[in-house]
Amino acid sequence: MAKANMSLLRNPMPAQEPLVRARNFDEVALGYSEETAIDEAMRCLGCKNMPCVDGCPVKIHIPDFIAEIKKGDFEAAYQIISKSSSLPAVCGRVCPQEKQCESKCIRGIKGESVGIGRLERFVADWHNTFCLEDPVKPQSNGHKVAVVGSGPSGLTCAGDLAKKGYEVTVFEALHVAGGVLVYGIPEFRLPKAIVAKEVDTLKKLGVKIETNVVVGKTLTVDEIFDMDYEAVFIGSGAGLPNFMGIPGESLKGVYSANEFLTRSNLMKSYRENPTTPIMKGGKVAVVGGGNVAMDAARTALRLGAEKVYIIYRRSMQELPARHEEVEHAIEEGIEFSLLCAPTEIIGYTNPNDPRDPKNGFVKAMKRIKMELGELDARGRRRPVEIEGSEYEIEVDTVIMSIGTSPNPLIKSTTDGLEVNARGGIIVNEDGLTSRGGVYAGGDAVTGAATVISAMGAGKTAASAIDEYLSK
Amino acid sequence: MYRITQKKILNPTVIQMNIEAPLVAKKAKPGQFIILRVEEDSERIPLTVAGTDKENGTVKIIFQVVGATTKKLSFKEEGEHICDFVGPLGTATELDGLKKVCIIGGGVGCAIAMPVAEALHNMGAEVTSIIGFRSKDLLILEDEFRSFSDTLHIMTDDGSYARQGNVTVPLKEMLEKGGKFDMIITIGPLIMMKFVTETARPFGVPVTVSMNPVMIDGTGMCGGCRLTLNVEGKKVTKFACVDGPDFNGYEVDFDEAMSRSRMYADFERHAYEDTCNLYKKEVN
Repeated sequence: MAKANMSLLRNPMPAQEPLVRARNFDEVALGYSEETAIDEAMRCLGCKNMPCVDGCPVKIHIPDFIAEIKKGDFEAAYQIISKSSSLPAVCGRVCPQEKQCESKCIRGIKGESVGIGRLERFVADWHNTFCLEDPVKPQSNGHKVAVVGSGPSGLTCAGDLAKKGYEVTVFEALHVAGGVLVYGIPEFRLPKAIVAKEVDTLKKLGVKIETNVVVGKTLTVDEIFDMDYEAVFIGSGAGLPNFMGIPGESLKGVYSANEFLTRSNLMKSYRENPTTPIMKGGKVAVVGGGNVAMDAARTALRLGAEKVYIIYRRSMQELPARHEEVEHAIEEGIEFSLLCAPTEIIGYTNPNDPRDPKNGFVKAMKRIKMELGELDARGRRRPVEIEGSEYEIEVDTVIMSIGTSPNPLIKSTTDGLEVNARGGIIVNEDGLTSRGGVYAGGDAVTGAATVISAMGAGKTAASAIDEYLSK
Repeated sequence: MYRITQKKILNPTVIQMNIEAPLVAKKAKPGQFIILRVEEDSERIPLTVAGTDKENGTVKIIFQVVGATTKKLSFKEEGEHICDFVGPLGTATELDGLKKVCIIGGGVGCAIAMPVAEALHNMGAEVTSIIGFRSKDLLILEDEFRSFSDTLHIMTDDGSYARQGNVTVPLKEMLEKGGKFDMIITIGPLIMMKFVTETARPFGVPVTVSMNPVMIDGTGMCGGCRLTLNVEGKKVTKFACVDGPDFNGYEVDFDEAMSRSRMYADFERHAYEDTCNLYKKEVN
């Protein structure tokens, strides 16, 4: 075997030019070539104690799949990943690897860690391009399991159970499967064809997907049990968007990030002549610093905004979004207004004409400067308002991206399902809720978190359900 | 896909359809709504349930052709299918314990008011209905209201049928004469519901209004349907799709709701004209 590649720097990810991609919805990162992938794989030292695996919420055998890339056997690498992850093409794109596997990589101590996420994406894309064999539907074991929600936790749980021979039906509230992967994460970060392909693979494994079913409304959990399902997994997602409670949040031109992204991603408002409208152009202020805020800001830019601000009350260091997204956003020209918070959104009013069509639309935002004070309970420095530092900026659209609160729909229609003070469903380490046979995972349990942690929860629940039904 | 089992033209702009959706039919109660998509890539629009046939598994919807999507839907015929149909969403109208109720419907809002009147009538409540239309051509559901109401007032703006004037006229007369209601339930244009609420205010009669703001998912996820309530002097944000669509009329900020309902007025006008032109081309 060739000698290890001792370069301190990882192979850069080829990407569309910032100023070009800022005006289109095509995928930003283009992926490694075979040569680059092998070269990057050579940077892996194949550590015996595999610290990277510890950093992975679904425990992918990372050094093993990288070893196959070194040999040029990309399909073997894919088979290793797919033992642990049902959505490799998705995770390679949206996982915060720098906080997970890559943060534990020995190469990262002196230099950059191995580009594990980039290699995972390469392997998954290679498989999807060259390996066209359909997965084989396993023989049924006669047990029926229902999954509520077709986001990352639901798809993972469904996939793992289907592979073991369970007859799985996924109930989805929207008209298309994929959950946040479809309505939330934009095309330029996660092409919808990739999600559709993953869903299609599950269907070939025998998973049935019933769209347009809102569990808690169309069907209740109890009615699902009456239909001879023996276990139910709830992966219904994060829920209702939060607003700040400042004046002007109901003006025309103020969106939740969920609404803005759903209009663009799910309802395709970004295309020419859309059927669902969205406000485009002008100056856009996105409030918040997470991945969702980055997605909203970069979507607004691509829809033709002349100026996009990220407004975040702490500093760059505390910004919770994935590094690569922040870097991409900066390259594309998004302006980060840090250490400041909105206090009011101001609307247009024509004093002489109450019927002026511009009345009631956003015109400006009042903001106040912040400084970082004492550490809070989570060990982050608490932002404190600087008195008298309020000022106004001109904006046309405001997007609130400050988190979500759990949706009460399922809780309120399922007897005996306990939730915590924040409304998240309470589960034990196996994902079992307070109701026998009912499991839950993902944002419905934890509140807004990552795709991979939801997948991890779906995986844990699938193995617990298997154990429960095998007894 | 969801089959259209029946289509009936109620007036030049209002159409009734029965759609095959057994799970929704089994569950839907008066006051709840559904969301539909006519075709792949169509917009999602909310429509309130106008009735159900549990035996045949169909849900009745009544809609006015006001925009591109309802125009597209109006061209669908019996036996054809629409792409998506999901529900029942929102909470049902609270009818428990009501004995004497005034139902006030305006225009196509009468389609939603009708099943409420029917349910109250079947519960044995005394139902007074006031239904209002711009003119005689636009009148719908007169027979239905007559059979479910103890007293029925029909109003037209132009006086082309029955009595001329707004729905608030007979309401005010009844209240001034000492008429008592446990509840006024009103469904129709925002401006009408606002004035019904204002008319009732001096008399202290509870008013329930049915809000129909812009919506996408209908499960609380997008927050586009939010409205502001003034609850005991405090402003509270509520989502019409999960907390409503029914609200206490005295608490709703109607002016804000009316402003928000016009957010996409320009877009909608263009989309409507484009759709009309498209169909004209197909006909030619």
